[in-house]
Amino acid sequence: MKSDLAVEFHNVAKIFPTPEGSTVTAVDHVSLEIKHGEFFSFLGPSGCGKTTSLRMMAGFEWPTSGEVIINGKEMGRTPPYQRPVNTVFQSYALFQHMTVFQNISFGLEMEKVPKAEINRRVGEALEMVKLGSMGRRKPKQLSGGQQQRIALARALVKRPEVLLLDEPLGALDLKLRKEMQLELKALQEQVGITFIYVTHDQEEALTMSDRIAVMNRGKALQIGGAVEIYERPNCRFVADFIGETNFLTGVVKELTKDRVTVLLNTLDQEISGISQGELSLGKAVAVSIRPEKVRLADDDGKEIRDLHGTGNLLHGKVVTTAYIGSDTRVLIDLGGNLRMRAWEQNSISTLDPNAYYSAGDAVRIFIPIENTLVLPEDVS
Amino acid sequence: MTSAQESEKPAKKSLGRTLRENRVAQGLLLIAPADLYLFLLIVLPLLMVAGLSFLSRGEYGQIVYKFNPGNYARLFDAIYGKIMIFSIGVGVGTTVLCLLIGYPVAYYLARASARTRSLLLFLILLPFWTNFIIRIYAWMMILRSGGFLDSILMGLRITKGPLNLLYTPTAVMIGMVYEFLPFMVLPLYTSLEKVENSLLEAAADLGAPPWRAFLRVTLPLSVPGMIAGTILTFIPSMGMFVVSNLLGGAKTILIGNVIQNQFLTARDWPFGAAASMVLMLLTMIFTLYYTRKAGFGEELLV
Amino acid sequence: MSEKKPALWLRVYTFFAYLFIYVPILVLIIFSFNSQKLNIHWEGFTLDWYKVLFQDQQILLATRNTLMIAAIATLVSTVIGTIAALAMQRYHFPLYSTSETLMYIPIVIPEVVMGISLLVFFVLIHFTLGLVTITLSHIAFDIPFVALVVRARLHGYDNAIDEAAMDLGANELTTFWRVTLPTILPGVLSGAMLALTLSLDDYVITYFTAGPGSTTLPLRVYSMVRFVVTPEINALSALWVLIVFVILAIGQIAQSRRA
Repeated sequence: MKSDLAVEFHNVAKIFPTPEGSTVTAVDHVSLEIKHGEFFSFLGPSGCGKTTSLRMMAGFEWPTSGEVIINGKEMGRTPPYQRPVNTVFQSYALFQHMTVFQNISFGLEMEKVPKAEINRRVGEALEMVKLGSMGRRKPKQLSGGQQQRIALARALVKRPEVLLLDEPLGALDLKLRKEMQLELKALQEQVGITFIYVTHDQEEALTMSDRIAVMNRGKALQIGGAVEIYERPNCRFVADFIGETNFLTGVVKELTKDRVTVLLNTLDQEISGISQGELSLGKAVAVSIRPEKVRLADDDGKEIRDLHGTGNLLHGKVVTTAYIGSDTRVLIDLGGNLRMRAWEQNSISTLDPNAYYSAGDAVRIFIPIENTLVLPEDVS
Repeated sequence: MTSAQESEKPAKKSLGRTLRENRVAQGLLLIAPADLYLFLLIVLPLLMVAGLSFLSRGEYGQIVYKFNPGNYARLFDAIYGKIMIFSIGVGVGTTVLCLLIGYPVAYYLARASARTRSLLLFLILLPFWTNFIIRIYAWMMILRSGGFLDSILMGLRITKGPLNLLYTPTAVMIGMVYEFLPFMVLPLYTSLEKVENSLLEAAADLGAPPWRAFLRVTLPLSVPGMIAGTILTFIPSMGMFVVSNLLGGAKTILIGNVIQNQFLTARDWPFGAAASMVLMLLTMIFTLYYTRKAGFGEELLV
Repeated sequence: MSEKKPALWLRVYTFFAYLFIYVPILVLIIFSFNSQKLNIHWEGFTLDWYKVLFQDQQILLATRNTLMIAAIATLVSTVIGTIAALAMQRYHFPLYSTSETLMYIPIVIPEVVMGISLLVFFVLIHFTLGLVTITLSHIAFDIPFVALVVRARLHGYDNAIDEAAMDLGANELTTFWRVTLPTILPGVLSGAMLALTLSLDDYVITYFTAGPGSTTLPLRVYSMVRFVVTPEINALSALWVLIVFVILAIGQIAQSRRA
């Protein structure tokens, strides 16, 4: 192996001309490194540049500037059929006029693999995706999930160094999608090659990936593992896009090495938290507080149990509650048109109505300092 | 390849590489044969005809390169002006008749069961694929004095003597309608078939009797088909000369006949060219006006 | 449309409309067996005229010419028309709308105008009129129809399958040959069929570009209809109708088998 990195982007940008005469920057000077054997996902809303990034790896687009490097070799304008990567397409892109077998063997034919070996490898590929008996069928005779697996087999049979997957599960129903997520993850661990995955579904990315690149408007905002992205987002967009969170806006009042104090805009109150981005005094910030990371207590003056260190205290009134079973979701009015969501786990089984909050209750919200993330409004 | 090498523009790129990388080049390569061929055999000839229309005719029928705008003036004189108006009239008449006769057929086709429909579509396409001269000849046989029609009518004692329909404008109209009926029915059918059942049900639900629903819902929605059918009928009918030759004899002369005559018998090519240009212009105006209205729909692709 | 059965008057009307369409053809066929040479009144049943037909040298020559011209014209126009359709559907290039207009002109102009313009063209460049000029002219009006049909079929084409082929190792040419072409083949064949029919049937344009020596079947039919009005022409017509019927029927059955 030439390099320990499967794929590298060095300041890659892709700019498209629009029919009206102006330009749109699909990928805005992104640099990243993807290691061998990783399950790496690009995550973001539509139009964020994730698919374009993938296509530049596959060779369907060439970067306007910057370098795309695969296994140590710069790709430049190398066409797709000369790259050691293969793609699984969102629409599956199966060849309708060929049988399943011929679809899968196509790539091997292109490599001029001898017939006997083709038969063997295609058979293995079909077994791997659990469709061993389907060789003679035509794609349109298969269900969506089966077609998706044929597309997978067709790409994997070539033993590429990197497999690119462009939202492959998008067309499947929820149950099938969840099954396939686990299957894909297991497959990747079994085969051992680098999987680069594009999706807009953050749950999907969190479930399957070793590392995730969160993208928006052509920029890679944050790259890291699921835990890192969820617990320590570096900007408002990432915190908002992954999971659910509450935002309180304010300005930086005090700044020390491990603590930031923010003067909240609407609620004439200061809260303290930790910071993930670059902050300075007076800077406008958004404070991210995840609903499951707060504790609620009645506003009755009594001490709050299980107090973990110091934290922030907010006061409010319950607007509505939703009993989900495993937890209760409470919507709280903080005053000044601000609302906060809090999720309380129903860890104690009881039918006592007083144990559950109801509309109108006055509550105190306790937020530990390390659960209070102070984020810059934007990341450059 | 390092990035330094990449950023230098290569001095010479092979043609193959340019074609592969440059999508514009690929597109041009693919459209070039058609563009070239059609330019040479369609545009150039038409330009020549346009130029020809301003020249004069020599004594022996050859082309004399003398500027002569009189050809166009002659087209609008007493004789030819009448022919032009008559041709337009025949065109309009054919189109209207085809529309009136064909609409119910298209309507039935659109509402028939799938099996009936495919059978009937097959049956209406069958004559369409056979040679049209043969079909006109059939009418010659039927309409001529003492021919099939006369035999039946006289045999049934409906008429006393032969009708002498052949070589009259009536015969020409019959021939034209016969020829163009499928061209009207098929686009109409395509249009009507798209009218969803749910729309008619909604109309009924809102209190419209069937005839009203037809007038206010079905008919307007079939307009694209009517427009397509009109284009496919009116334009060709104006340039027709075969039908008027065979069924109309010397009495029925259309613009098409004039053109044919000038180029083959009378040998006044400049005059014929002028007549062609006028016909072309009429066609273009008509087409542009109607396709702008319809947006050149799929009905034409039947 | 609606599931209610259409009204009775509509069915009767349609029946008579189809009668109007088919009676002439039936008369034609029946009278091909008429033993009276002038073919005005029915005299007696005979197959003689078919025998005359098959021995008619002019007809045989005309048929041969027609088939040859149609074959060449179809082949050339299908190739040119198909790649033109691909160009228009999938690429952007300068003067795109000019090319598009160019494609539509032959479809829209009256046949007689196209016929005489080709006549003028060939004469002015001193190209002898004959089978070659006929073929060249047929190609000219066939190309736009092929392009139109293929373009219509290209509408739902998923470009991803071309990308998939390249991703799997096929270069541009191989991709076209192994993936693009087989996928659009039904559309291409439709276009070819249309071109074939237009060429086989063409009278007007052939009439102007044929010159004195060459004859095609439609031209021969026309002159027979004008001058040689015996049941032989009925025999020819009847055969023509039969052949078309058989071909269309086969096509129909093949289509419904595939569905």
